Amino acid sequence: MACFLVPAAEAAVVTIAAHSLELAEQKKAQRLTLSGDHTALAEQNPLPWSRKLKWLTYLLWGGVLLLAFEHVWHGEVTPWFPFLTAAANPVDMAAMFQEMATVGVTMAVIVTAVWAVLVACASLLLKRSDRAELAR
Amino acid sequence: MTLLITVFAAVFATVKWYSRENNGLNLAPLCFMFWGASLMWLADAIFEYMELGADYFTPALADMVNDAYLGLSVVALALVVWLVILLVKDPQGTVRAALRKGKAN
Repeated sequence: MACFLVPAAEAAVVTIAAHSLELAEQKKAQRLTLSGDHTALAEQNPLPWSRKLKWLTYLLWGGVLLLAFEHVWHGEVTPWFPFLTAAANPVDMAAMFQEMATVGVTMAVIVTAVWAVLVACASLLLKRSDRAELAR
Repeated sequence: MTLLITVFAAVFATVKWYSRENNGLNLAPLCFMFWGASLMWLADAIFEYMELGADYFTPALADMVNDAYLGLSVVALALVVWLVILLVKDPQGTVRAALRKGKAN
């Protein structure tokens, strides 16, 4: 009905967080360059949190786009007001909110959990390659 | 069926992304799109399975054909979105080079 709206809301929040984090990281790098602290610059994380959060935004927005298309296919989303066919009457609206609270939240949780595993694996791989480089 | 087609597309795109010969094709957005949708449809499938039980695995032929048609349409949409991203970002400079060539003529 409108389950994809839950991951869409999460995607919007994560996009804003990723952008503000990226700005903060850029400012920090600029400060280090200006202060001439090359050791601190070299020691900066090659996999910053802004990049990790961007992976989550791509997963969420990508999924939301394709799911929105599926909802249009099934006639659950329309290009005219109120855009969601379930929003036309109170009974359907209650079912829609129920679906958002169950299926929608599960979608957001599964995508976020898989992203967390992805981030953990990426950090582990990076650490392992750093250790291998030091050993050489 | 839609979930199955999207998972196959996600696996294929990821294998293509992993092979070094496709470095300039910017396949990451396509992988993220397919995996994101696959995970979301997986959640949908879990709830449907809880509701229907084993019947979930024996859909009617008409439903299966419609779902397959939807799955292929979803793959086509994702490919078009990826192509637009590729042409706008133009990582290999092919579009820019073609435009400059046109200007010179």
